[in-house]
Amino acid sequence: MPLGRLLFTWVALLVLLSLTIASSFLPIGEWRQVINFAIAIAKAALILWIFMKMRDEAALVQLAVIVAAVLLLVLGGLLAADYGLRGPSPYVSIDANTAAPHFP
Amino acid sequence: MTLARHEPFPDIARQREADRFGMVVFLASEAMLFGAVVMGLFALRTFEPAAFAATSQRLNLVAGSVNTAVLLTSSLLVAIGAEARASDRAALAKWMLAAAAALGLVFLVIKGSEYVQEYGEGLMPGVGPRQDFATPGARMFMDGYFIATGLHALHVTIGVVMLAGCAWRLRGDDPPSIVGVGNIGLYWHLVDIVWVFLFPILYLSR
Repeated sequence: MPLGRLLFTWVALLVLLSLTIASSFLPIGEWRQVINFAIAIAKAALILWIFMKMRDEAALVQLAVIVAAVLLLVLGGLLAADYGLRGPSPYVSIDANTAAPHFP
Repeated sequence: MTLARHEPFPDIARQREADRFGMVVFLASEAMLFGAVVMGLFALRTFEPAAFAATSQRLNLVAGSVNTAVLLTSSLLVAIGAEARASDRAALAKWMLAAAAALGLVFLVIKGSEYVQEYGEGLMPGVGPRQDFATPGARMFMDGYFIATGLHALHVTIGVVMLAGCAWRLRGDDPPSIVGVGNIGLYWHLVDIVWVFLFPILYLSR
């Protein structure tokens, strides 16, 4: 692999790092988290594709990486579904008063 | 020096692919480990956004940013080193891997200085003369911070030892194989990727 490509990737990673730090100072609320996470994924993709040379690997090896990414998405999706959709259960109704001790 | 074929592989290409595949499957399991930690932090941020942001601001952003650049640079050196080993330039590979290991040590020193600072500010949960957590959420953030960065620092330490060992062996007549250097490089890049995700979540959630 040409040295220039590695150096260019390194510069791109440092630029993305500067962007993510700078964006965290912008007054754009929750969008900062979205931008930060998107930049993190872009950096990880650059490292995987160029530094780890996954672009040159056999399909089997690439598949192992893709399976890991998909499983992490499944894990995150299940976590988000669990916490995101929690509400008061219609089946269980505990009155706080019945659990408290009574003193006649 | 070219790769030597071992049983039971019929040819070098199959053997190389199997070696690489095994390493990537191991790294995938590492990604699951760190992925669970990262998602725990996401969940905490969802439930305690105010405490998460307030405590994140108390971390040393400069140290965290410098550490990110240090790790990214060491990844570049490892990538160059693996290339050099593959093209039989052992001296260049040796110096690149040694420099990357040195940058790994720099990372650990900066991380350690942050821990010392947090210890002094009462941000180390359950340790130190005083505890300075405004809310239970703040303490949970610091719990997550130490679990995530501690686990990562352990991996950095292992990576530094392996890189330094590789550089040491590249001096002599029995250098580590191209695949071996490549696999250790992959491990180091994964440690870098983990930090790329930990850094914005921990330091930039302001």
